[in-house]
Order: sequence, then C-alpha cells, then structure tokens
Amino acid sequence: MEPLFAILVGALFTVAFYLFLSKHVIRILMGAAILGNAVNLLIFTAGRVTREVPPVIGSGSDVLAAGAANPLPQALILTAIVISFSFFAFLLVLGFRAFQKLETDRSDEMRLAEPVSDPSPPLGY
Amino acid sequence: MASQSAPLVDLSAVYVTGPVAAADWLVAAPVVWCILVGAVLVMLRKNTRVQPLIAIPALGVLVLMTLALVWHVIANGTVTMTMGRWLPPFGISFTVDLLGAFFAATASCVALAAGIYGRTDVDDSGRRYGFYPFLVLIMAGILGAFMTGDIFNLYVWFEVLLISSFGLLVLGSERAQLDGGVKYAFLNLIATTLFLVATGYLYGLFGTLNMADIAVKASELRGTAPLMTLVTLYLLAFAMKAAAFPVNFWLPASYHTPRLVVSALFAGLLTKVGIYALLRILGMLFPFEREALSLVIAIVAALTMILGVVGALAQNDIRRALGFLVISGIGVMMAGLALGSPAGLAGAIFYAAHSMVVMTALYFAVGIGARLGGGFELTRAGGLYARSGLIAALTLVLFLSVAGLPPFSGLWPKIMLVKASLDVGAWWLAGAILVTGLLTTITVGRIWVLAYWRPAPGEAGEAAAATPLPVGATVALAGLVALSVAAGVWPEPVMALAQDAARGLLDPSAYVQSVFPAEASQ
Repeated sequence: MEPLFAILVGALFTVAFYLFLSKHVIRILMGAAILGNAVNLLIFTAGRVTREVPPVIGSGSDVLAAGAANPLPQALILTAIVISFSFFAFLLVLGFRAFQKLETDRSDEMRLAEPVSDPSPPLGY
Repeated sequence: MASQSAPLVDLSAVYVTGPVAAADWLVAAPVVWCILVGAVLVMLRKNTRVQPLIAIPALGVLVLMTLALVWHVIANGTVTMTMGRWLPPFGISFTVDLLGAFFAATASCVALAAGIYGRTDVDDSGRRYGFYPFLVLIMAGILGAFMTGDIFNLYVWFEVLLISSFGLLVLGSERAQLDGGVKYAFLNLIATTLFLVATGYLYGLFGTLNMADIAVKASELRGTAPLMTLVTLYLLAFAMKAAAFPVNFWLPASYHTPRLVVSALFAGLLTKVGIYALLRILGMLFPFEREALSLVIAIVAALTMILGVVGALAQNDIRRALGFLVISGIGVMMAGLALGSPAGLAGAIFYAAHSMVVMTALYFAVGIGARLGGGFELTRAGGLYARSGLIAALTLVLFLSVAGLPPFSGLWPKIMLVKASLDVGAWWLAGAILVTGLLTTITVGRIWVLAYWRPAPGEAGEAAAATPLPVGATVALAGLVALSVAAGVWPEPVMALAQDAARGLLDPSAYVQSVFPAEASQ
C-alpha cells in the first residue's frame, strides 16, 4: 500500500509545483490546494497504512499491537487540514479581490507595488 | 472492570503528579494572555476608541511578563511546562531557554512601541478592520514560536502568526496592498508547507517531535542521508521565512504596501522568527548537519547581505530601501549561523535583537518624516531637519546604528561576527560584512542628506509645515532609539546574555535536563 501512496504523493507534488510555475493566480491557487493535500497524504502514509492490525488496545495490554497504524500522524494532519483549508479560503478571497481591483490575474502584470518604471533615486545633491 | 491485571506500562511515568511551581506559569502566561486579550479585542472590534486603551496596557503587561521570564530564566536556568499534565515527550512542552526568553522580551518591547505608534497611524477604519486584535494575536504566534519546545507546535505558531500577518498586510484592501499581499501570502504558504513536509519526515525518522528528545536522538542518525535531506529542507523553508537571498523576493514586493506601523512590525519581528527557527533547529538540534552545510549557508549569507544593500541603494522609495536593508541584516545573522562557533552564534543573536528594535524604529522614523511633509520618495523629500531637529537627530542615530557605526547597538554584533569569521579564516565573510556596512552607510547617508539635510524643494513642504509632531509616535520612536543607544554604550549585559544563549544552543544538555529531569539525573 505504502509504495503506491508514495508514488501518488510524488505525483501530487509534481502537479502542485508545475501549477506554481504558472503566471495565473487561479492556477497557483489550485497548486496551493494540491500541495496541502499532498503534504497531508505524505504524513498520513508515513504513519503506516494498514488494515490488518486494528488500532485497538486489547484487554490485558497497555500498548497497541506491533504493526498497527500510528495515530499521531493522523492527529497531526487533522491540524494541518484545518490550517491548510483556512489558508486556502483566505488565498481564494485574496486572489479574487486582487483580480477585481487589479483587473488581472496574471502575476507578471501585477506590478503596482513594484512599478516597472520606478524612478531612480537622485544621483546628486 | 473485568480484568484487574496490573498495567504493563507504569502510568506514573506519563503524567505530572506534583503541582506546577508558581513562577513556571510564566512560561505559558504570555501566549495565553495574548490570546485572551485578542479575543476581547475582537469582541470590541467596532469600538475603535476603547481598543487602544485595552491593547496598549495589555502589551505593557506583556513586556513585564516577558521581562520577568528573562529574569526567571537567568536565575533558574531553562524552564519547561508541559501541557495537559502529560510528561514529555508525550505532551507538548513549552521550553524557554535564554534565547527564547531574550527574543520574547525584545519582541514584546517592539510590539508595545507598535501599539503606541498605531494610535496615530491607524485610523478608525483600520481599527475596525482589526488592527489591534491582529497585533495582539500576531504576538501570540511570535511568542509561541519563541517558547515552544515541540516542532509541530512550532509549525502551528508559525501559522498563527502568518494568518494574523495576512490580516495586517491587507488592512484596508488598497490596490497595492492586494498586489503585495498575493506575493507575500503565496510564498509564505509554500515556505510553511515545506516546513510541514520536513516535520512529517522528522517524525518518521525519530518517532518524536519534542525538541529535547530529538536533540538526544540526533546523534544516532548523524550524517545519514535522510537526516541530511531533512535538514536541508528545513534550511530552505526557514531561509524563505527569513528572506535569505535566492528566496527573498516576496519581502521587497510587499513590505512597503501596508500601513507604516504594520511594515515596521513585520520588518522588526517576522523575519527574525525565521532566524530564530534556523538557530534553534540547525544550531541546536542538528549541529553536525549544520556544519556540513556551513559553506552553503555562508555563501547564501554573503550574497544576501551584499545584494540586499545593493537593492537598497537603487530604491527611490525610502520604505522599499528599508525593506532591502532588512534583507541585508538577515544576511549578517545567517553569517553567524554559518560560523556556528559560540562567538558567531552570539553575534547572530545580538544582531537579531538589535535588528528587531532598529528596523522597527527606522520605519517609525520614516513614517513620522513622511507625516511631517517629506513623503516617501527621495526625489521629492527634503527639509525635514528644518522642520523637526528632534526627529532628524533620532533618525540619524538609527541610520548610524543600522550601518553598524559606534556608539550604537549595530556596532558590537558586527565586531563579534567579523572577529568570529577571522578566527576561522573566513576572511571573505568578514569582508562581506564590512563591505555591507560601508554600502549601508552610503545608502542611509544619502537618505539623510536628501530627505533631512536638503532644503525642502519648492512649496510642497510649506503646506505641511504646520503639521504638529505626533506625540505618541515620537514617544514610541524615542523609546526604541533609547534601547538601541543603551545597548550601544553599555553592551556588556546584552553581550553576556547573547553569549550565554549561544552556549545553551551549542550544548543543549541544560535544555534536555529541563525537559527530562529524571533521565538526566540517572
């Protein structure tokens, strides 16, 4: 199971970074969404993906049976999912507002904060 | 209960049994305080007159708390508090050593100054957008990052400060802010995601997220390929946060767009959290891997400081020039990390504290100058010295301080770093620091000559001549300048503090013992 997931995670990272290379904010946004999921899947896979050993502590025992999935990475991604979702929501609104106000969604046309023809500082007193 | 079998695991080793000492509550108090005050301020969002009246005293209390924490740490060594009565490494620990406490206290002073400055700089609409709640909550994130002893928790605090910084950055939703905000938000999101990737792998390697636990276990995996990859990934993620050279372009794109007080706060604190994380993770947890990467870090450091200041030289907008100077200062701190010696790390720590205070104060000074009628553009600025000698003098002190000239606080860390570089024969790194100092002097000297010394061009200045000096803002500026001058003329205590903090990073046994008192005594 894990090798399959590892390949999937790699594919998701590739797609995310390919989308980040785009000039369109909407594609970068999709890249951000995919990147967040890729990381979550990565951590999930790192905590073992298994159905054979139930993650239940049997009677007379205080620890999980060997080979059971580690619950901590799953707890970590719960946090990470919430964070990446809220970030994505913020970025979506930010990207949309930028599109409305700047009337472009191409990052190379967003030169308002750094104008192309910024005057040089005075060279003499 | 059907089975009365004795537990196989001794649960008393997992839970805290005794009460927590009263003074140790100081470890959690600053963060809890910030979140509580932030919650109250969010409820009072529409009551714009009351907000600063609550936020500024609250930030004052925060300064007192963090100063008490520094005192506590100096007196009793590193202190640890673990959440939910769990024992480490099961619970999330807050572990405050000298480095964390020192940075926390400096950051709180800067935040208090920003709160006072914000009274004049942020109008009612900005307050309704939530300037004060965001200010207090970003402090929760920053202080949490400085104090936590758990790597995943560090990630969470990074996200807390990042989401608050987004709010501050787009306060008012002006066009330039949205433009800068897009670049800032995306690049910082990628950086924190890389941090999360590295943390996921770290858990896979070590089976623990507690920093003290990792510091103990790191020696077992020293120099192995997975650990090396992991540390490189951390370096990339935090260098992006700290705005080191090849991954720094989000900073000059965004730092001049928000309200001035927000720029000042960001310039003072946010990049330094990245530096703190680099010092903590590369300096303390993985010193062996840092050693292997030291040439890379040194080259990045030299390029960051030189290209930063060259960028500053080319700017017409004073705020953008200051943004590049922030980057240049990050290069100087990275040089200390690259050296990794006690003197190098101490220099980096001192420089970071100096930079927190001075960069914030510089933005304040430039903001007051613009308010007095100079504006932000060098081509049109002028006559500020004639308008207010006090502001011109305070600004000159800051300019000399940022350039590293005596007798102000920028001098000593640079001396420490140059000496540390020469000690290991890295003459080119020492040279880069000195050349950066020279170029910074030229940059800020030109700004002072043009905007302050030169008579105001035309009648543009005369209309603004009647503008009174904003009292609160001047007090905030003067307070930060006083800190810089004090650290410059009386550097011994700060230097000793930085050296002790660096020793704590290089030899984490006190840190480990604070988290695991039982194991260390065996």
